[in-house]
Amino acid sequence: MSEIHDPNAPQATSDLANTGRMDVSAVLGEERGTPLDDAIPQVVFDLNNVRVFYGDFQAVRDVTMQIGRHEITAFIGPSGCGKSTLLRSFNRMNDLIPGARVEGLLAYHGYNIYAPDVDPIEVRRRIGMVFQKPNVFPKSIYENVAYGPKVNGMKVNMDDLVEECLTRAALWDEVKDDLKKSAYALSGGQQQRLVIARCIAVKPEVILMDEPCASLDPIATAKIEDLMKQLAADYTIVIVTHNMQQAARVSDRTAFFTADVDAEGVRHGRLVEYGPTRRIFTSPKDPRTEDYISGRFG
Amino acid sequence: MTATLTPPANPEAVDLRGHGQPVVDKAFRWVLFLCLFVGIAFLAILLAYVTIKGWPRLDSRLWTNMPSIRRPEQAGAESAIFGTLWVIGFTALFALPIGFMSAIYLEEYAKPTSRFARFVEVNIQNLAAVPSIVYGILGLAIFARALALGQTVITAGLTLALLVLPVIIVATREALRAVPQNIRHGSLALGATQWQTTWHQTMPAAIPGMATGTILALSRAIGEAAPLLLLGAVTFISFNPTGPFSAYTTLPIQIYNWTRESREEFQVLASATIVLLLVILLAMNAVAILIRNKTQKRW
Repeated sequence: MSEIHDPNAPQATSDLANTGRMDVSAVLGEERGTPLDDAIPQVVFDLNNVRVFYGDFQAVRDVTMQIGRHEITAFIGPSGCGKSTLLRSFNRMNDLIPGARVEGLLAYHGYNIYAPDVDPIEVRRRIGMVFQKPNVFPKSIYENVAYGPKVNGMKVNMDDLVEECLTRAALWDEVKDDLKKSAYALSGGQQQRLVIARCIAVKPEVILMDEPCASLDPIATAKIEDLMKQLAADYTIVIVTHNMQQAARVSDRTAFFTADVDAEGVRHGRLVEYGPTRRIFTSPKDPRTEDYISGRFG
Repeated sequence: MTATLTPPANPEAVDLRGHGQPVVDKAFRWVLFLCLFVGIAFLAILLAYVTIKGWPRLDSRLWTNMPSIRRPEQAGAESAIFGTLWVIGFTALFALPIGFMSAIYLEEYAKPTSRFARFVEVNIQNLAAVPSIVYGILGLAIFARALALGQTVITAGLTLALLVLPVIIVATREALRAVPQNIRHGSLALGATQWQTTWHQTMPAAIPGMATGTILALSRAIGEAAPLLLLGAVTFISFNPTGPFSAYTTLPIQIYNWTRESREEFQVLASATIVLLLVILLAMNAVAILIRNKTQKRW
């Protein structure tokens, strides 16, 4: 079995898992040596005054931030604060919504992904996405994983690749005898891990996760969180979550968004505070962040 | 604010007996049932009438013999059955690809807000309501005369294809629309192109719905007589079509022809052929329902 992404990357082990504990201060991912510094060593995304519009409506106000390589960045905040909208502009999934438009500079390794010569297909192949509802294809488990490499014309041994991706997604042992079965036969948690396997099969650098555990039970959620921590060795992960404990458990850095209500009563999302997760959850600088993480609103 | 929502102070005062209008309610129920009954009853009477009348001729002569004017006891509808198959075959050949592609364009590619898409959408609905005789006139003018295809199987196939095209487009669009958006997004997020997404994900997921709509559209075409009368389907023909440029007749035309004969034997023959046509239509609709039930929504 060949290594899928980076042959020299250390294999994360499952004993890194530290899920289930709900005490925020105790689950701040000590094991992965989460950063304490605001400086980001290797920048993947560089956002400069990014604004997202739906028609005339401005959903996200100027966001300036950087996303670090091989880090897990969590976007938290109340509903309607624009965190999912911002996430979907990272791989141009917002293009699919009529009237959606991004202003400002959203650079991926220094390349403005909204430049006119950029092909969204190329962007999405490098920046994968996992959705809120496990959206497996109505096909077999095998075909779900093989689909991405096939449409991207990757010349690989498909059987090996499928096994490798399912193993990385911690699903292989559960499905190895049922590869020809419909993916709909799997449980919700298994489906979400299949979606992750499907995503890494096209060898992306970044995985965007839009509330990946929102429809899962706590046990399935714990498995996905373990998986995220293991994948962070090789992939850059950005996750949107409503669950603050989840952000605290898995992420290296946390960005807190909120919605401002303007004079006409329209809500605009904005970035309030961004920094190492450990600091955001222990000594937030902004009182709104503190209110949110201590459960006083949102 | 809360004062108005306090529960009744005295629980004994609660009265749960109904105080509706049971007579009106019952009467309405009967009116509804009667309306349903009228429709069903007429259909049942029609079916019983043609079956009883055509019973003496409902045997293998009907589908193994050619029509005959002199000997009604030997006459059959073989040429009409094969004519119907040929015509419907060509109808499907022309209507399916064009219908599917048009629907895919409208549903997957066109911007829903564009003026063109809305204009086309309204007009497709209108086209579906155009009387079939108008399509017959159009087919006669364009296919039979202008393109000089004459009174042939291919002219009939092309004309009926135009007739069922709006129905197929509407049914296919509905089937495509029923495929959840997140399947498309899942595919696009993997770097698939829009065509790959449509071809590998959306279309396969929509095929049951497309098949159902298509079968129902084609069964409508099978029952059509009016446009084919204009297009010159031959009313008496004693050979099966041999190709796209062959003369032909179809079951509805054959029935029409026999009902015009004065001899009682032909009336019986017409009834038997009606039963045959109904059986074919019911079988097609049954297949459509079977497909629909077999592939229940999986999402």
